[in-house]
Amino acid sequence: MSRLIMNRRGLLKSGAAVGAGLAMPTVFAGSAAAQSYTNEPTGASVTLGFNVPQSGPYADEGADELRAYELAVEHLNGEGDGGMMNTFSSKALSGSGILGKKVEYVTGDTQTKSDAARASARSMIEKDGAVMITGGSSSGVAVAVQALCQEAGVIFMAGLTHSNDTTGKDKKANGFRHFFNSYMSGAALAPVLNNAYGADRKAYHLTADYNWGYTTEQAVRESTEAMGWETVAAVKTPLTQTDFSSYITPVLNSGADVLVLNHYGANMVNSLTNAVQFGLREAQANGKNFEIVVPLYSRLMAKGAGSNVAGIFGSTNWHWSLSDEGSKAFVQSFGTKYGFPPSQAAHTCYVQALLYADACERAGTFNPCGVVEALEGFEFDGMGNGPTLYRAGDHQCFKDVLVVKGKENPENEFDLLEIVEVTPAAQVTYPVDHPQFAGGELGDCNPGA
Amino acid sequence: MLGLNKRDFRLLIIVLLLTLGTPFLLQPFAEGTELAKFNAGYPDLMQRIAIFGIFAMGFNILFGLTGYLSFGHAAFLGVGSYSAVWMFKLLSMNVIPAILLAMITAGLFSLVIGYISLRRSGIYFSILTLAFAQMSFALAYSVLTPITNGETGLQLALSDPRILDPVNNTGSLPLTNIFGLEMNAAVKIEMLGRLYTFSVGYYFSAAIALLAFYVSLRIFRSPFGLMLRAIKSNQQRLSYTGLSTRPYTLAAFVISGIYAGLAGGLMASMDPLAGAERMQWTASGEVVIMSILGGVGTLMGPVLGAGAIKYLENIFSKINESVLQSWFAFLPDGLENTVVWVFSRFTGDGWPLTLGLLFMLVVTFLPGGLVEGGQRIAKLFKRDKVKPDGENNDEDGAKHKPEPTPRVDE
Repeated sequence: MSRLIMNRRGLLKSGAAVGAGLAMPTVFAGSAAAQSYTNEPTGASVTLGFNVPQSGPYADEGADELRAYELAVEHLNGEGDGGMMNTFSSKALSGSGILGKKVEYVTGDTQTKSDAARASARSMIEKDGAVMITGGSSSGVAVAVQALCQEAGVIFMAGLTHSNDTTGKDKKANGFRHFFNSYMSGAALAPVLNNAYGADRKAYHLTADYNWGYTTEQAVRESTEAMGWETVAAVKTPLTQTDFSSYITPVLNSGADVLVLNHYGANMVNSLTNAVQFGLREAQANGKNFEIVVPLYSRLMAKGAGSNVAGIFGSTNWHWSLSDEGSKAFVQSFGTKYGFPPSQAAHTCYVQALLYADACERAGTFNPCGVVEALEGFEFDGMGNGPTLYRAGDHQCFKDVLVVKGKENPENEFDLLEIVEVTPAAQVTYPVDHPQFAGGELGDCNPGA
Repeated sequence: MLGLNKRDFRLLIIVLLLTLGTPFLLQPFAEGTELAKFNAGYPDLMQRIAIFGIFAMGFNILFGLTGYLSFGHAAFLGVGSYSAVWMFKLLSMNVIPAILLAMITAGLFSLVIGYISLRRSGIYFSILTLAFAQMSFALAYSVLTPITNGETGLQLALSDPRILDPVNNTGSLPLTNIFGLEMNAAVKIEMLGRLYTFSVGYYFSAAIALLAFYVSLRIFRSPFGLMLRAIKSNQQRLSYTGLSTRPYTLAAFVISGIYAGLAGGLMASMDPLAGAERMQWTASGEVVIMSILGGVGTLMGPVLGAGAIKYLENIFSKINESVLQSWFAFLPDGLENTVVWVFSRFTGDGWPLTLGLLFMLVVTFLPGGLVEGGQRIAKLFKRDKVKPDGENNDEDGAKHKPEPTPRVDE
């Protein structure tokens, strides 16, 4: 048993100790700025960081993203058949790595948690010397890692992230998104829905209770209301909900005749299955057939929901059944290596890796500021989505958006969606200061160091 | 010295030397070799170990001393992080006010939750804290989105007021600092083929961790700490002597809540972002595992446990199949694939399996945690010296008998 006795001598002693402790960090203040930017590659190779979910709800998508990255690295280093490098409109890439340096990579697990994703990205930057981070399968993670990369002074090439915020209020100068977003889904879907179901419809929204759900609901609402639809109600559902029957029951008596499911992943699989079980697809309301819409589709979700997706409209970034040269080349080399067609997540990640490499070649440096300059306002083609623009104002890609429908008679487990319409880029383009994207600033590029 | 006896002071000095030397100790392998993958001496991981060490130390004051198993401590960590980030947004990028507010809010929050939860003990207490933590998580994730920014997590923005800081016209976000010294400033020194990184962030966290360790040492040695141990060994008997135990348990709960808030505030200071997952029950479970892995009720145990888990999570998870393939390339093809397959279950995305195995082994063979392992090894070398069993045994409680199961029938 001891007591803290404060006499003059004790106080002086401990005061000195504390003072020394506080002064200590200042010794390390002078930072050794030998590099002109963060992780400048000095050897014969350059390291990229692939940060994808390897565990958690999106592990399947993460696995497919990683396959795409491995394929991209192979092609960049001149192995394999070159894939989309042959169809890409820019010919700066030669298959000898990037700027003559062999491409190496490290992987990490985001666990679809912002904290874990940032920890893993930081270890890639601090320990492995990665000069670019890419990947991810959720907007929360994308926004978190994008902010980290901005701070650390490396480039972030977003993977699968659909929320408006990634290139809206949370946009960053060092971050780039190739994937489409909620606004584009709404703008592409609305005309198709109008043609198929008419302008006099009443919609009921079920929305996953988090950021992506909110922006998607807002986008679909605004686009459909502009067509003359009416929104009867918008109900938020907890993200962890697995049984949606209590949410589906009120729908039929609400006077609505369309149900919009702003759900992704397992949420969508469960809510759609519940809705079909409750007979919504056979139901009649206001003298019309009751319809269901799913704004964002992915093949993995369609697989989970099985035959329930038949005939249901949604949007997607890319689909392997596209017949342009770029898509064919990519499906060909991915299929040869892995034995099945790539998902849209794999596509966007592969394209992002190639776009980054190409930007470095054109800029002649790995310096993030040079890369940003090379990517801003960059127009390209031959990557599966037709002519595409990387807009300088918000670092968002503008390209065609696919409206798809669940197939009635799928031939195999990959052939679940059919393309209804390819919405041209002009129709989904919006001004940088569109209200759905308002707030937030790009800021300046940060080379770190 | 510092109100400690000789033995404890020696322990404090050892811990001081360990924290100062961490950048060397965690970087044992030369750069460029295959083993360099196992190096862990980069700032982010070292900071994380120090921060989770604080978190686990605080948790240990409650669980280790009183035996109350809280399953909701991550909520305090999260509350601390959110308060700190709000301080960075509104007041200043200096970490001191942020950390102070983090400790205050976490303390108040734990006072409320503790006041309600501590009306029960044993499993009911655990479930109550778990429920509160899950409620906080759900609130942060969706209901309180205007305050917490929901799933995306609370972040800094260029347009934040930061009333105490000079106006920022640079177009890039300011960095967290302590009176101008930036947290991510670092010096890299190459020595003997190894790259050592000394960062302000790590030494700042380490200094606070050391302070936290000192406070927890004092609590362990104080009459208050003894009272908490009495509650652990038999709360009913203590009540029958006419003592009200609740003020003691509540004080322990609030202290450990403040520790968690401090850890949360530090975490936000190193990386100014607060996400709701930080409050999820898995995060609360993690600190329980850290404490048990290291040694419940011991001073150093929780810190060791925190280090072990963070090491596995950050280093093992990066050993993917292509790395393994390069290691085992010398084996014949068929054998190589088999070996790689087996190893890849335990590394890369299979790292939780390794953690699970380690946890099982420790709980089965070293009930006192890693600390007990260390003591057993030390004993092997000191076999001849027979020491009288004196006041030394209370150091870490390893000699205590197994605890009776917590009583639920009060």
